[in-house]
Amino acid sequence: MMKTASTVPIDGPAGMEWTLPYRGTVGMACLILAESAIFIIFVVAYIFYINKSLTGPTPAQVLELPIFGTICLLSSSITVHFAVSALRKDNLRNCSLWLAGTVLLGTIFLVTTGQEWYRLIRYEGLTLQTNLFGTTYYSLVGLHATHVVVGLIMLSIALVLSLRGRVKEEHSEKLEVLSVYWHFVDAVWVVVFTVVYVLGR
Amino acid sequence: MEAIDVTPAQQQGRPPLNVIYEWVTTVDHKKIGLMYITYALIFLVIGGIEASLIRIQLAIPNNHFVSPQVFNQLFTMHGTTMVFFMGMPILFGVGNYLVPLMIGARDMAFPRLNAFSFWISAFAGLLLYFSYFGASGLYAAGSAPDVGWFAYAPLTARVFSPGHSTDYWTLSIFLSGVGSIGTALNIVTTILCMRCKGMKMSRMPLLVWLYLVMSGLVFVAVSPLTAAQIMLTLDRYLGAHFFDTQAGGSAVLWMHFFWIFGHPEVYILVLPAFAFVNEIVPVFSRKAMFGYPAMVAASVAIGFISLSVWAHHMFTIGMGPAGNTFFVFSTMVISVPTGIKIFNWLATIWGGKVIYAVPMMFCVGFLFQFLIAGLTGIMLSAAPFNWQLSATYFVVAHFHYVLVGAIVTALFGAFYYWYPKVTGRMMSETLGKWHFWLFIIGFHLTFDFMHVPGMLGMPRRIYTYEASRGWEGWNIIVGIGAIFQAAGILCFVYNLVSSYFHGKEAGHDPWDAWTLEWATSSPPPSYNFAVEPTVNSRRPLWDLKHPEDPDADYE
Repeated sequence: MMKTASTVPIDGPAGMEWTLPYRGTVGMACLILAESAIFIIFVVAYIFYINKSLTGPTPAQVLELPIFGTICLLSSSITVHFAVSALRKDNLRNCSLWLAGTVLLGTIFLVTTGQEWYRLIRYEGLTLQTNLFGTTYYSLVGLHATHVVVGLIMLSIALVLSLRGRVKEEHSEKLEVLSVYWHFVDAVWVVVFTVVYVLGR
Repeated sequence: MEAIDVTPAQQQGRPPLNVIYEWVTTVDHKKIGLMYITYALIFLVIGGIEASLIRIQLAIPNNHFVSPQVFNQLFTMHGTTMVFFMGMPILFGVGNYLVPLMIGARDMAFPRLNAFSFWISAFAGLLLYFSYFGASGLYAAGSAPDVGWFAYAPLTARVFSPGHSTDYWTLSIFLSGVGSIGTALNIVTTILCMRCKGMKMSRMPLLVWLYLVMSGLVFVAVSPLTAAQIMLTLDRYLGAHFFDTQAGGSAVLWMHFFWIFGHPEVYILVLPAFAFVNEIVPVFSRKAMFGYPAMVAASVAIGFISLSVWAHHMFTIGMGPAGNTFFVFSTMVISVPTGIKIFNWLATIWGGKVIYAVPMMFCVGFLFQFLIAGLTGIMLSAAPFNWQLSATYFVVAHFHYVLVGAIVTALFGAFYYWYPKVTGRMMSETLGKWHFWLFIIGFHLTFDFMHVPGMLGMPRRIYTYEASRGWEGWNIIVGIGAIFQAAGILCFVYNLVSSYFHGKEAGHDPWDAWTLEWATSSPPPSYNFAVEPTVNSRRPLWDLKHPEDPDADYE
């Protein structure tokens, strides 16, 4: 008589090695893939509309290289990496310190972006409605800044938790997922910087 | 260590409020999957009613059954509903239900994200239909969106579409995109991180492989649409100029952004249909799938190639010879992996002890209809032919052949195949055969004959037409087909409901199948498997039933 599944246990050789990737990492990789596609569309729109504005101001007239903000944001990738390494070694104090540094550097970047926008709106009269440059510039840089804000919120939560001593070595995988997001935000800035401030000018 | 757990999945006789509370707050992948499917079936009926109204309007020349304004809303809502609120959710629902069961997992990787994705998609659908009540705004005549399902610029600009109907369309597509990306992320993570012991990538059921490719496509295809909706909203609300031709903006850019979503979307919808056929055909041919590695490779190839074909929707805008040649070529290339699939299905059936139960009947219908849909696709991929027939009913007939003839047909097969697992009861075979034949006859009456008025020059989306064009007889036949299809669907819905109460008890494995979902009870308990299964081959239940001749020896 044929055996059916109900009479036989589903089982294999005992002691089989079986490891699978951490789901946080895979989930974040998927999110980054989807976010990259969104950014690519905005970058394509930016490149497509370079020099297509019917009226001024043009990027060459009003944009300056945001060197200081860029240095801050890119350095914050290094500090967040050190925060994860510190947590892996169960050095909670250093982890909090590096996290605080990351949040600080990210905030400085946001402030420099804010200052640039203020100058452009107040003194150069460039808004989203002015011309195609304004439309694509504010939406691309704004989309990136939105991601910086989201990252800063999550990093601040991690910072508060670690200051309260709620973060432990076993959370290092989770913190690493967050750091991967932050590296992604930095990498996008490299693209935005190249397209907007180098190619676009 | 028994694979089958005997705990009853549901306690009987609980107050309805508790039951509702349980469903609204659930994070169980099976319940969420069922909610997706129910919600999609409701939209299927709504979209079907819209299609019937369109057919009544077009059945005879000079008809004034609905007003031109209502007609524009009908075809816009029909397209948007069927793609975003029927097709996507029903396929995600089936995937949600089956993927964890098939890989021997107890739930999805992120159960709460799963619930979030469902509810945000459900909200998006409600938002779209709320436009019927809420969209008039300052423009008192307004109501449902009427810009067509691909909403070409500059028609969507505030000047040409005043009121809020287009905003409802944009917002609901945006939200449905967020939900789709969330579910796709969940499916990929579940497949990569939650497989049971021994379930290597090379041993996963083909359904799981296809859902992996489909979800990967969602990231790269649905995201651009979401980005484009952000741009459109900026245009409409904050006065940006992305698609504003008066300020130098480009209407063609919207076309590119829409179709870089739009064409992969077709594959997002059809890959799950392939997935169902991949599971059903071997079981009812009593043979293992022919050419498993080739099937996987073809699926992945389709995923990649489908990203490079989008502008074949845009041959008539004048892309120049280089662009046209590239997109003609890439479009024709995609028929190669698709052809591999068709041959593999045929080779699986070949020499098998074929059982023509209702699921298999639908799969055979799928094979024929998908082939014909592919053939008219090759015709349309040739740019000169496309210039002649673009935006005619020939195109409408072609893509309905894919969407209804292939996807919906395979989906019906999937319903008959997995219904016993979901409810513990069989669907009626007699009613199923009525459903099959009525639907197939109706389908062919409608969509075979719809090609003809297209070739005679009948443009899509026209409100009505003169009697002298030679289109009127054809449109009557097309309309009669719709009646047959509706009768078939009625049989199906009646079968769904009545079998739930009166169907034959199914047991845990009514089809003598080979994948893991059939190893647990029907319906499965909320934890799926009492003991986490371990597998040694692609057909774990074959190994169980035939310990003397396990598949593992041949792989």
